Amino acid sequence: MKKVVMTKNTFAVIFSVCAAAIGLSACGSSSSSSGGSGKSLTLVAYSTPQAAFEKLIPAFQATPQGKGVSFKQSYGPSGEQSRAVSNGLHADVVDFSLEPDVERLVKAGLVAADWNRNPTRGFVSNSVAVIIVRKGNPKHITGWADLVKPGVQVVTPNPFTSGGARWNVMAAYGAQVREGKTPAQAQEYLKALFHNVVSQDSSARNALQTFVSGRGDALIDYENEAITDKQKGEPIEYVVPKDTILIENPIAAVGKGAGAATAQKFIDYLVSPAGQAIWAAQGYRPVISGVAAAAKFPNPPGLFTIGALGGWPKVTKEFFDPETGIVTKIEQSQGVSTAK
Amino acid sequence: MVGARGGSVLGKGLLGIYLSVLVLLPVAALLAKSGTGGTSQFWREISNPEAVAAIKLTLIISAIVVLINAIFGTIIAWVLVRDEFPGKRIVNALIDLPFALPTIVAGVVLLALYGKGSPVGIDVAFTRAAIVLALLFVTLPFVVRSVQPVLHELDVSMEEAAESLGAGPLTVLRRIVLPSLAPAIISGVALSFARAVGEFGSLVLITGNLPFKTEVGSVYVFGQIQNENLPAAAAVSVVLLVAALVVLAALTLLSRWRSKHVL
Amino acid sequence: MSSSASGSIALSSGSTGRAAPRGAPSADGAARARKLGVRTIALGYLALLLLAPVAMIFYRTFEHGLTPVWNAVSEPNAQHAFWLSLEIVAIAVPLNTVFGIGMALLLERGRFKGKALLGLLIDLPFAISPVVIGLALVLAYGKTGWLGDWLAENGIQVIFSVPGMVIATAIVSLPFVARETIPVLRELGTDAEQAASTLGASGWQTFWRITLPGIRWGVVYGVVLTTARALGEFGAVSIVSGRIEGETQTLPLYVQARFENFDITGAYTAAVVLALLAFATLVAMNLLTRRTRAETIA
Repeated sequence: MKKVVMTKNTFAVIFSVCAAAIGLSACGSSSSSSGGSGKSLTLVAYSTPQAAFEKLIPAFQATPQGKGVSFKQSYGPSGEQSRAVSNGLHADVVDFSLEPDVERLVKAGLVAADWNRNPTRGFVSNSVAVIIVRKGNPKHITGWADLVKPGVQVVTPNPFTSGGARWNVMAAYGAQVREGKTPAQAQEYLKALFHNVVSQDSSARNALQTFVSGRGDALIDYENEAITDKQKGEPIEYVVPKDTILIENPIAAVGKGAGAATAQKFIDYLVSPAGQAIWAAQGYRPVISGVAAAAKFPNPPGLFTIGALGGWPKVTKEFFDPETGIVTKIEQSQGVSTAK
Repeated sequence: MVGARGGSVLGKGLLGIYLSVLVLLPVAALLAKSGTGGTSQFWREISNPEAVAAIKLTLIISAIVVLINAIFGTIIAWVLVRDEFPGKRIVNALIDLPFALPTIVAGVVLLALYGKGSPVGIDVAFTRAAIVLALLFVTLPFVVRSVQPVLHELDVSMEEAAESLGAGPLTVLRRIVLPSLAPAIISGVALSFARAVGEFGSLVLITGNLPFKTEVGSVYVFGQIQNENLPAAAAVSVVLLVAALVVLAALTLLSRWRSKHVL
Repeated sequence: MSSSASGSIALSSGSTGRAAPRGAPSADGAARARKLGVRTIALGYLALLLLAPVAMIFYRTFEHGLTPVWNAVSEPNAQHAFWLSLEIVAIAVPLNTVFGIGMALLLERGRFKGKALLGLLIDLPFAISPVVIGLALVLAYGKTGWLGDWLAENGIQVIFSVPGMVIATAIVSLPFVARETIPVLRELGTDAEQAASTLGASGWQTFWRITLPGIRWGVVYGVVLTTARALGEFGAVSIVSGRIEGETQTLPLYVQARFENFDITGAYTAAVVLALLAFATLVAMNLLTRRTRAETIA
């Protein structure tokens, strides 16, 4: 018996040494991750603008305001990033795909309630929803109506796993309303559209990968992504529909104190003419007027905002409620008719 | 009889703490958070048609995957232990790669190999076969690596003796090799099943995530989390978890029963 | 059962295999043909499922020559991610190994109530999607979680820093060592251990001289699997890491970030590095086992 205990005790010793290692690493890193001195900014953003920030941050650091400011950066899906910050991830500046992700932080008391009371209404970059097609546009897709034609295969990210994909759905829906359809008819359109959807990837980037791999005739995406892909040499073209939604991406400073002051300086730079020129060069539409590069973006006559459809809180409840939402119901009806 | 009495209190206590920190506490927190709606909400969440379809698809596909794994995993393990051929060591070293490769890379590569324009002429992308393929890839090491160590320890002389006594290869396989390997195969199958039920990353690209068609349970759960619908996410997770545990328990019993009755 | 089916497949394909012996097949020839047939099946399956994808990753990585690969490897964020991944593996894998061997002995050699339940418990994290594991950790150890206040008071940050990432990694690779070791322990039996005890060996001596050499292959494969899984984990770690570049970004997170950013070479290069790390683990464990065996025999 005694011998048995010895074996087990040796185990216990090794085990506790290892457990102590975990504990030590816990204490060690706690000191390093509490930033906010004002000279170091943590930027928590959604995935898409990383390439833009790789240009914007050095440009800001070259200005008198940005001199000596170092950056920590985190990129990921918009909703996940927002939840991480509300769960304690340190951030000085947040840049998200849609407004509700900032509003979550307002509710958590991390972002000031008046974050969007400024000349750009809290937005830092704009884009529009476009339709990406294959080179030469073999299916002659020119607008939303072509996406519901029989035999046209559409790729769009899943609006329930990718917050950004909700822009696509609302673009399609809003365009129908703008063309004079009733809400019921516009919903019928969405139903027909989802009937033609052949892949609902988990994120916009994955949807693009799917499309580039040869799946589908049309991909609903943001204009800035389409511009990037074309620059990367992918064999694609894109169509800006006559009626489409203006995608507005919010930015906000988190917290108070010295960190917030530096954060505000960074945001001010991002919405300045110099900052917006860099955004424009990366394919984003400027949020201020007077940026020369704005001229290169086509101006669709029927451009509308999410506000025209009632704003995100109303749209989220009405279309994307996991039980009663219009899109939820459409997905379910597709399932009933096409399962197996 | 090392550890016959289960070891010292200290050793057991440390195992317990480790298990609590890693498993019990987080799972309890998750259940507490999701149980706020009561049982009626739980039933409503798991009877949602999309959830039902996803759960069903996950379980059926996982069953197919583990069956293929049991067969091919055992064959591969046997070849790696008993056979000799040039490059065997390299093949052996490659077995674990599906674990180490980030799932996004696995997804991109599988899509390129077995999607449209496949260089080997197999296009399964965005079908249920694609789910099977991706899961076979990520669960490949389980059975192989469970069976391999037992084969190493297995005495070849038993088989040789049986053969010299006139037993055919099938008889040797059925009477001598398989009974010894059964616990290991079952162990590997159990792990494969559990992993197949929970797998997410490698599936998202190649399946297309179409609800009711190629959307598996873990992807549905992911969507519900993104949607702040924690009760639904937890409810479906619990169903998948219970299904996996039932299978694990059944396999454990089977393995015990076998070792008692065959040996 | 399924496995006996595999035997018959092997048999039939062996007799029609390309290397079937000519003329009157001796018993030896038939055995060789069978062996070749089984080998062909195993390698064919592996070629389609494993070799082709891995070869493609290597091809894609090096298709534009060595310069972009070198640039990708010398990227500071990539190097940080590399060392962070190693750090996490270096903590999580030994912990899980000791836990796994202890658990295997407890489950296989111990007799107590609730043993079956305990066995299921260690497999539990496996059946949960990694994304849900990440969520559960945030709910338990996050700012608003159960232990959030207590951890904050004591100045310990678990979520969005390395400890949380270690815990997430340990969870997803928890059962391997135990699951690999248990079947070997069972196959091994207790005769030798009992004999050693009777001859006056201490528990430690018995474990070190008899049990451990006996289960070493199980432990080796358990450690190899644990390491591979720990290296590659993305889902759970991604949620508890905060993904801060150069700080809490592991190699798989780095791969994802590069992919999102259209830097395909960077993503593939990091993936190849991960593959090489897993490869190196296996080689190292093989060498180690060989040495232990040599020592035991000597």
